[in-house]
Amino acid sequence: MKSIKNHFSLVIALVSILFSIQVFIIVDRSINAYKENLANNYSIIMVAQIHIPQEQIKAINPLIVNVSELNPEGVIKRLNTKMDQKNLELLKITLPKFYKLKLSHFPSPQEIKKLTKNLLETKSVQKVENFSSNHDNTFKLLLLFKDVISVFSLSIFVVTILLILKELRIWQFMHNERMSIMGLFGAPAWLSSAVLFRLSIVDAIIASFITFIIFSYIESSVWIARQFESIGIEVVVFDKVEDFSLLFAVAILVSVLLASLILLGHKEEV
Amino acid sequence: MDKVIIAENLSLAYSNNETIINKVNFSVNSGSFVFITGASGSGKSTLLKSLYGGLRPEQGSLIVGGVEINGVSRKKLNFLRRHIGIVFQDYKLVKEWTIEKNITLPLLINGYDKNVTQNQVDSLLKHVRLKHQAGKYPLELSGGEQQRVAMARALSHNPILILADEPTGNLDDYSSGLIWNLLEGANTQLKTTVIVVTHHIPVTMGVDYKHFHIEYGSINEVN
Repeated sequence: MKSIKNHFSLVIALVSILFSIQVFIIVDRSINAYKENLANNYSIIMVAQIHIPQEQIKAINPLIVNVSELNPEGVIKRLNTKMDQKNLELLKITLPKFYKLKLSHFPSPQEIKKLTKNLLETKSVQKVENFSSNHDNTFKLLLLFKDVISVFSLSIFVVTILLILKELRIWQFMHNERMSIMGLFGAPAWLSSAVLFRLSIVDAIIASFITFIIFSYIESSVWIARQFESIGIEVVVFDKVEDFSLLFAVAILVSVLLASLILLGHKEEV
Repeated sequence: MDKVIIAENLSLAYSNNETIINKVNFSVNSGSFVFITGASGSGKSTLLKSLYGGLRPEQGSLIVGGVEINGVSRKKLNFLRRHIGIVFQDYKLVKEWTIEKNITLPLLINGYDKNVTQNQVDSLLKHVRLKHQAGKYPLELSGGEQQRVAMARALSHNPILILADEPTGNLDDYSSGLIWNLLEGANTQLKTTVIVVTHHIPVTMGVDYKHFHIEYGSINEVN
């Protein structure tokens, strides 16, 4: 019973670590998906005196992936009733050229600043509207959200490590006697610590599978899917191969590290 | 006759530097039965501890089974211990293992075959009259029964040397009798060297033995 309790506490500690890692992964993926979504809806308007070819605009900054010239017909049509044809033709020629620039990703404020500067340095570019005020607020909100979740995950991680260190002392006490007795009969270190490593690996496997079940359930949850849908993004909550491999590797690494620390701290009782 | 133990100018001390055994010389022949006696705190158990490398000599030389204990490597010490059977006063049984598994320990460490191990353990359980308790855990047994398990474990791998630290202290007559019979049997039938630290030498010993007495850090043979 006592042994089950000790197993249970390591498994719980490992599940907490794996949980915090996976939550961080999900948040990171959500933010990236949201940024991509924002990038699709976000564009910069550039005003130039003369026509500039698309390729030339794209070459200004690698962030620019798509350029479309805005058609001035709509504005001219509205003036159509008040102006004669000659003046309208003249207006068409003298009217500046408007370009809508699509970017590869949702840029940081620094990237926007640099891009605006690059565009304004280009000959014949008169004005650049980057909607930086709206953009900055959204971007800062995203970063804040990411930071909060990172701090939260880190806190869980630290608390869990402290729990594991406490567990380490219990395990040290539990296994020290057996390891000492085995040592008195000439068992090499690998043999006397074999039980310890076996137990920690079994705990790592149990913890990984518990996490697998939890996140498989979360992934299949309709409520979670709706939440992502409501903010217009699609996120892989739990990749059963990639994410599970990572979590399993972390669990094995932590538990083997724990067993190695016990082995290093082992003092033979004689 | 080969010497299993050779001590020359051997001094033993714990970390506080208080010398417990002071420049003693003695040797033990292979196949002999030796008693070490002395008052409480005289250094009997300390001397026994040094014989399995639990305490390194402060000074002098101590050779056990051809291995110099002073400066011995961990690998060599493990090799030596695989050929020694130790019986501790406090039994030192693994509490979370059944008594059957406890007896198996030296055989497991020495890499014996599973069938050989099972036969040997069955035979020893019969000898110590604990066959019916094989699946029990040490804490479910009485002190005398636990010491019999410890004795069976010490004999399981047919060691060249058995070191026993007060093996019958606090035991009832039945358990004491069984333990002395086993030690005598190992010595006479298997020619195992036996060294026993004790307060009292049993009056009914059926084998020839050597008797060393420790007093004030010196060791003297008693005739």
